[in-house]
Amino acid sequence: MPDGMLPELLIALGLVVLVVVVVFVARRGSQRDADVLDRPETTKAPVTRTEVEPETIVEPPPDVVEEVEVEPALRPSLRERLTKSRRFITGRLADALGQTPDEETWEDVEAVLIQADIGVATATRIVDDLREQVRERKIKDPSEIMALLNEELVSLFDTEKPRDLTYSDDRPTVWLIVGVNGTGKTTTIGKLASTLSRDGKSVALAAADTFRAAADEQLGAWGERSGAQLVKHQPGADPGAVAFDAYKFAKARELDVLLVDTAGRLHTKTPLMDELSKVRRVIEKEGTVQESLLVIDATGGQNGLNQAKEFARAAGVTGVVLTKLDGTAKGGIALTIEDDLDIPIKLIGVGEGIEDLEPFDPKAYVDAILA
Amino acid sequence: MFDSLSNRLDDIFTRLKSRGRLSEKQVDEVLREIRLALLEADVSLKVVKAFVKDVRERADGAEIHKSLTPAQQVIKIVNQALIDILGEANVGLEVGSRPPRVILMAGLQGSGKTTASGKLARLLKSQGRNPILAAADLRRPAAIRQLQLLGEQVGVPVHAEPDSPGHDAAGVAGRALEYARNEGYSDLIVDTAGRMHVDPELMKELGAVAHAVDPNEILLVCDAMTGQDAVNVAESFLEEVDVTGVVLTKLDGDARGGAALSMAFVTGRPIKFAGVGEKLGDLEPFHPDRMASRILGMGDVLTLIEKAESVFDEAEAKKMEAKLRKAEFTFEDFLTQMQALKKMGPMSQVLGMMPGMSKLPVADDQIDNQMPRIEAIIRSMTIQERNNPQVLNGSRRKRIAVGSGSSIQEVNKLVKQFDQVRKMMKAMSGGKGKGKMKLPKGMNPPPGMGF
Ligand SMILES: Nc1nc2c(ncn2[C@@H]2O[C@H](COP(=O)(O)OP(=O)(O)OP(=O)(O)O)[C@@H](O)[C@H]2O)c(=O)[nH]1
Ligand SMILES: Nc1nc2c(ncn2[C@@H]2O[C@H](COP(=O)(O)OP(=O)(O)OP(=O)(O)O)[C@@H](O)[C@H]2O)c(=O)[nH]1
Ligand SMILES: [Mg+2]
Ligand SMILES: [Mg+2]
Repeated sequence: MPDGMLPELLIALGLVVLVVVVVFVARRGSQRDADVLDRPETTKAPVTRTEVEPETIVEPPPDVVEEVEVEPALRPSLRERLTKSRRFITGRLADALGQTPDEETWEDVEAVLIQADIGVATATRIVDDLREQVRERKIKDPSEIMALLNEELVSLFDTEKPRDLTYSDDRPTVWLIVGVNGTGKTTTIGKLASTLSRDGKSVALAAADTFRAAADEQLGAWGERSGAQLVKHQPGADPGAVAFDAYKFAKARELDVLLVDTAGRLHTKTPLMDELSKVRRVIEKEGTVQESLLVIDATGGQNGLNQAKEFARAAGVTGVVLTKLDGTAKGGIALTIEDDLDIPIKLIGVGEGIEDLEPFDPKAYVDAILA
Repeated sequence: MFDSLSNRLDDIFTRLKSRGRLSEKQVDEVLREIRLALLEADVSLKVVKAFVKDVRERADGAEIHKSLTPAQQVIKIVNQALIDILGEANVGLEVGSRPPRVILMAGLQGSGKTTASGKLARLLKSQGRNPILAAADLRRPAAIRQLQLLGEQVGVPVHAEPDSPGHDAAGVAGRALEYARNEGYSDLIVDTAGRMHVDPELMKELGAVAHAVDPNEILLVCDAMTGQDAVNVAESFLEEVDVTGVVLTKLDGDARGGAALSMAFVTGRPIKFAGVGEKLGDLEPFHPDRMASRILGMGDVLTLIEKAESVFDEAEAKKMEAKLRKAEFTFEDFLTQMQALKKMGPMSQVLGMMPGMSKLPVADDQIDNQMPRIEAIIRSMTIQERNNPQVLNGSRRKRIAVGSGSSIQEVNKLVKQFDQVRKMMKAMSGGKGKGKMKLPKGMNPPPGMGF
């Protein structure tokens, strides 16, 4: 072809046809969106119901709460556990900072941050800041630079921010647990229920994931382990109705905390996100949702930021639970979420056991990344 | 992020439109963007570095294509490098010499193993095979129940030992194999517990399960949202068992899925399936070409250009462009272009190659189904009407509707939208005719609507 822009011209022509077709189809298809998206619509929630539904099944807790398997005091600290698997990163950084910093040093520092899933943009910003300070203050000592980097990372967190989960004045306190598929919502609820029970609080669990196969039985198993009562409907039932009934149930019995498990859903699926908003609204007919916790998988990458934005919009997220920190992944996207969206990380998951939930501590977390 | 990225690449490619050999500076600039694109797509840094190095070497040694702009040359090289890692075409399951063929599912917690097991069982059954599932996840609460329920839904039996004490996953798997063999099942799909790649005890367990059933396929199930850790995961699993392929799940979201590249790079094994939803039918053969575009955040522009060049007549095209710019484009022209376009292949496929259009809010088959409908409506118009849509009054529209077997609303819609698009195209190709091809705002479909 003699002219360099011809291919684009050709595409333009193709586009005309395409655009018409697409617009035509998209408009036509808009009523069919429900089919395009996969999960069946749930039935409309009877939001003003006043009595617990007959179909509601309540599983009482067992008489004895299971013994704690491992003595907490003997358990290795997060830092110990994290450093074990992270030595290779640490080694590289120490190597990098062994000599006077040069271009390669900064690249290596940036690499460490990128590999922690902090994201290129944030990583670049941190390194640029660090460079600037090192230059200004004429720092040469590698350990001092390390300390500065540590400081820099910690400063991205609001260290004054209270990170404890909060309780409402009236019983029950409701904590709603949300997130994309397979991040650890149900497991986190099991761990939370256990902690609460051990603190002498009475707990109910709402099995508002009525979609995933055996989700209610999974939650039920955690209820048994932790001594919490389970409220569930039939599979495929309306999640809002389950949440509502569970709330009624917990209120009638004056239980302290209601933990609402929801189905995993991708943040891009509008009908499912709307369903989640509805679950929240239904509870708010009667009470308040004190905490709406977004469970983020530390193994995940940059998509986490979109997840946080969409879940915040649909369910008013009050905090992040960062799970699966017991692997080699560092979950740096949670730092970016806190920094960009001002949603604090409140808890971390460090294993599959009932004890493997810890409060989030920014300093320990940063230490663990850079130790 | 998605938009800005593809635009950024577009920008560079537009600026690099001069002909001839690529200068080193140009290559540098493009590679910087490619690096950024890959990192933002969650490709592991290690893999990004190797990839960028590879592309640079190829660019240095590349023949000068007279017919290609530098931008096209780079795209071609990058594409080829991606394809070399991801594979040319879809690779199916190993055939297996004697039944049952054993497929072992492995992966991190929550990656989608159990769901993928159910989906695979359904797929094999629909192909007329006779699969059985084995519940070898003895750790997660209600994991066995989950698999049993999925088995029920797809009508495939499940070998499970819910009452057997202890954590003898290998034993369960072994007995499942024995049973499957004796009962003449064609395939045995073994679901295993999720495990962290750094958990020595659980990794050993996986090795033991594999040893017990000697699988034909060991599929590493990987969440498309996985970040930088993908390389570590792939390396560790590969160390423990002989991974034969990857299943990439949760591709129905808006994650760019760079983990696919990391996984394929580290394991050297093909990605065989893509999970595109929670329902049991939501499993597709993996398409490397689509994934390459998705990771880069741009359409498969090069293939599109090649195809377009082969079907569009140049002189004709120039004439059309002039008409477009003046909004003189008619239904008659539209029809001609549509014929040419049809030669490029199914519309859904062509669309998939366009930047930003790979994820449309409509199903592929809907688009392809609409083409003949639109064509029928236009063909029911007289030549005068096609060239002069303004004359289309109520009675004419009614006639066209009857003639084409569509409703009058559909005719109205088409005429109205044609007019809108015509204006839009005028605006787009406005200026000095050098206007960059950009989709009009609002045409960018919402992210995450299908793969
Ligand atoms: N290693 C590790 N595994 C975890 C952690 N938290 C959860 N898991 C595991 O991750 C898997 C998924 O956990 P679930 O609690 O079922 O996740 P979910 O978000 O409820 O999943 P869906 O309801 O299907 O969306 C299970 O195998 C859990 O045991 C953690 O902190 N560390
Ligand atoms: N949107 C979407 N969700 C998926 C896909 N595949 C699996 N899921 C969901 O991901 C979550 C976890 O899936 P599972 O099949 O239980 O994952 P697993 O790997 O067996 O989990 P463990 O056994 O706990 O390690 C569930 O909510 C599934 O419905 C997919 O392709 N798309
Ligand atoms: Mg769950
Ligand atoms: Mg499973």
